[in-house]
Amino acid sequence: MLDVAQAVEIDSVVKRYGTVTALHGVSMAIAEGEFFTLLGPSGCGKTTLLRCIAGFEQVSGGAIRLHGEDIAPLPPHKRMVNTVFQNYALFPHMTVLDNVTFGLLRRGWGTRDAEARGREVLRLVQLSEFAQRRPGQLSGGQQQRVALARALAPRPKVLLLDEPLSALDLKLRQAVRSELKSIQRETGIAFVFVTHDQEEALTMSDRIAVMSAGHVQQVGPPREIYEAPQTRFVADFIGETNLIDVTVTQVSGAVARLQLPGGAAMDCPAAPGARPGPGHLSVRPERLSLCAAGQGDLAAVMQDHVYLGTDTQLLMRLADGARLVVRQQAGSGTVPDPGAALGLRIEAGAARLLAD
Amino acid sequence: MAGAAPQGASAGSDIYRGNGPRLLLPVWLWVGIFLVAPVLIMAVYSVLTKEFRGGVIWDFTLAAYDQFFLDRGLFGDEPPRIEWTYIGIFWRSIWQAGLATVLCLLIGFPTAWFIATRPARVRSVWLFLITIPYWVNLLIRTVSMKFLIRDTGPLNEFLLWAGIIDTPLALVNTNFAVQLGLFYSYLPFMVLPIYAAVERYDFSLSEAAADLYADSWTTLRLIILPVVKPGIVAGCILVFVPSLGAFLAPELLGGAKTFMIGSLIEEQFKGAAGNWPFGAAASMILLSIVMAVLLLHARAQTKGDRT
Amino acid sequence: MTDLRHFTGFRPLTVLCLFILYAPLVIVAVYSFNESTSITRWGGFSLKWYVDVFTGPEAPKFRDAAINSFTIAIGAATCATLIATAAAVAMTRAGRFRGKLASLALINLPLMVPEIVTAVASLVFFITIGLTTGLLTIFLAHVVFCIPFAYLPISARMQSVPDVYEQAAMDLYATPWEAFRLILLPLMAPGILSGFLLAFIISLDDFLITNFVKGAGVETLPTAIFGSVKQGIKPNIMAISTLLLGVSVVCVTLSWLIGRAGQKR
Repeated sequence: MLDVAQAVEIDSVVKRYGTVTALHGVSMAIAEGEFFTLLGPSGCGKTTLLRCIAGFEQVSGGAIRLHGEDIAPLPPHKRMVNTVFQNYALFPHMTVLDNVTFGLLRRGWGTRDAEARGREVLRLVQLSEFAQRRPGQLSGGQQQRVALARALAPRPKVLLLDEPLSALDLKLRQAVRSELKSIQRETGIAFVFVTHDQEEALTMSDRIAVMSAGHVQQVGPPREIYEAPQTRFVADFIGETNLIDVTVTQVSGAVARLQLPGGAAMDCPAAPGARPGPGHLSVRPERLSLCAAGQGDLAAVMQDHVYLGTDTQLLMRLADGARLVVRQQAGSGTVPDPGAALGLRIEAGAARLLAD
Repeated sequence: MAGAAPQGASAGSDIYRGNGPRLLLPVWLWVGIFLVAPVLIMAVYSVLTKEFRGGVIWDFTLAAYDQFFLDRGLFGDEPPRIEWTYIGIFWRSIWQAGLATVLCLLIGFPTAWFIATRPARVRSVWLFLITIPYWVNLLIRTVSMKFLIRDTGPLNEFLLWAGIIDTPLALVNTNFAVQLGLFYSYLPFMVLPIYAAVERYDFSLSEAAADLYADSWTTLRLIILPVVKPGIVAGCILVFVPSLGAFLAPELLGGAKTFMIGSLIEEQFKGAAGNWPFGAAASMILLSIVMAVLLLHARAQTKGDRT
Repeated sequence: MTDLRHFTGFRPLTVLCLFILYAPLVIVAVYSFNESTSITRWGGFSLKWYVDVFTGPEAPKFRDAAINSFTIAIGAATCATLIATAAAVAMTRAGRFRGKLASLALINLPLMVPEIVTAVASLVFFITIGLTTGLLTIFLAHVVFCIPFAYLPISARMQSVPDVYEQAAMDLYATPWEAFRLILLPLMAPGILSGFLLAFIISLDDFLITNFVKGAGVETLPTAIFGSVKQGIKPNIMAISTLLLGVSVVCVTLSWLIGRAGQKR
């Protein structure tokens, strides 16, 4: 990562609205050419951070560097950053081509050059024949592509996308994902993509920053975020997980020794920041398997099950009353009767000790 | 709150932040110079000495207010008693304006209700029909009303022809004519705020009341009227305030017996009998009454918001 | 099933309300086409009073008054529209700042001060500063009370246009001024036009304030009509009134249709 040029550096950015703090000193670096996603529930500060980068919100503290230059004091129109807005914000009184050339003309391009560049970008998003239409005459998907073309036309250093797929229906959204990704690769521009949809984040991103309550919880590639969550929030927000209360007896580097409920001891990978004492172990439901009572790592009692088609959810209860979910693939074994005492085995390397 | 900002939120939009005072400078200057400053100068005029043939002499005196409230006899040497002439004119104006307001409310509420409960498509057409007359020249409207209700006007002709009356109704120069004129002048001011309140009214409240055995008039009295009250109060103020200082309706439809504040003030600035300081003082008193009504309303409103 | 929105008698009252509002205007319009010289008897249809307005003995007086009225109305409405637009931008798009609430009160102040008081105050003000009363003073006074009428539709329209369009423009390197000129202004043109038309009618209609600040020898249509009506209602006044009524109705209808079309977009 070190020798890769940074497109954007967010350096301890704080944003306060009166007495409410929306961003508590957020830091991250987005590399040149990277598809970077800000993921989190609504109200987590991801949109605020995006608007700080675009310049629609003034930061209360910290710096935002674009190719090394601090842009935090600049107004939006002086930042070489473009945005694809959530509802596109296409100028309703202008044609598609006028929308696309708008930024170029403001940057001082000649009319003819701007038009040529505009048509080039419209070709990229396959909307050449719609150049003279008004936005109101286009479908949702087409409008989305115009918004993308308009933002790409001035060749910004970074492209910001504010939940650009949320206004599309499910089928279209899935098609647009791969299209968006390929356009990103083709142009080589760094994308900062805001979403609350984890599937979107996992399928498209090079790296994801998970945010919650104005803090960055974890930054990393999708696989790392899913398989090696560091905090309870990340483990819980991304996918489904079981959080088991454990007692940590020893932490040495990235490995911890801990005691499971019921007394069994085990070694497992630990997130940075994990400390001895009470802690939480995250295990994905699909990585737990059933075995006979008295065997395995945990002792559980069968409660209920939910049939989901491709697999079945088994709801279990531990001796201390904690609930667990086990996912059983369709056709692999029988569903135990309610009240049956069972053992649960944690797949090797699948459990992870969280930092909080 | 972070996600709330991008969509619409135009009332709280700050994209031209920092430019507010600069953009408001023209309105501050214009209204400041051509309305606030004139009112202040008028206040000064009210404590100056009158000059015959109109105008003022720049000598401080409270004579105008003295003349308004106190009677010191023909030669000004008797012990002061309360002067009822002008207080009486003010009182009559308040009474007339009040009756006109009641008239507007009695007709305006059902009208506003009726319009607000029409289907959305025709609602704006009804509303438009109600507002059109307001935009027609007030003078022309008042003259038209006079033409209509005159002793030999179309209304009396019709009533005589239909055999409803034997002798023409003497409507012009009566209090009723003035009230009718005021009603006609300011009715839309009553309808619009009530309409806005009724449009926001949640009809499931009526359903709940009906479910709890209230008939429709009980529902109106106990549920609807209290809920839309702010609209009614706003409408009453919007009718009462301009009615109080009205000039054309009492001048054209009324007579000597219906003399109102507007005419009293106007008279002071016309011709040789004019008394500018007195007219200014009467204006100040009228302005004070109006501002008191508006302040009371504003205070009641903020109190209501808090509960 | 009973309709909870229905109250017996409200429909007839509404119809009565419309009847009271329209009857006098319709009657005057009808009688303006009266052949008879007597205003009480119907003597058949005729355009002679309209001809009289334009060619009769009083025609020059009415022509001058009309020219004055329209000149002032166009000037005052234009000026008020500019001021109100700037104020609306400040009130709806400049965030919070000191004096915002006071500014809103100031914009609406001309509606709160009784017209007769404004008239008196304007007169003494112009005399005190030594400004000769005439067309200029009428214009200056008219702009004041036109401002709130222009402000109403303009700010309403501005509030209904989301500011994302201007944000998008600024994101695409438009300066605040360019964002206003290229995006907001065209998007809210209907509101501005509505505001202008309302201010125009309000100026055209004003009698009381004009009567105080016009000075000797200068007349607008309402003051000319008032002067004439004092000696009794003459048929040619009804013809002029009907013409003026037509202008008002056309302007309001236009303003309404523009506002409606704007909403649909």
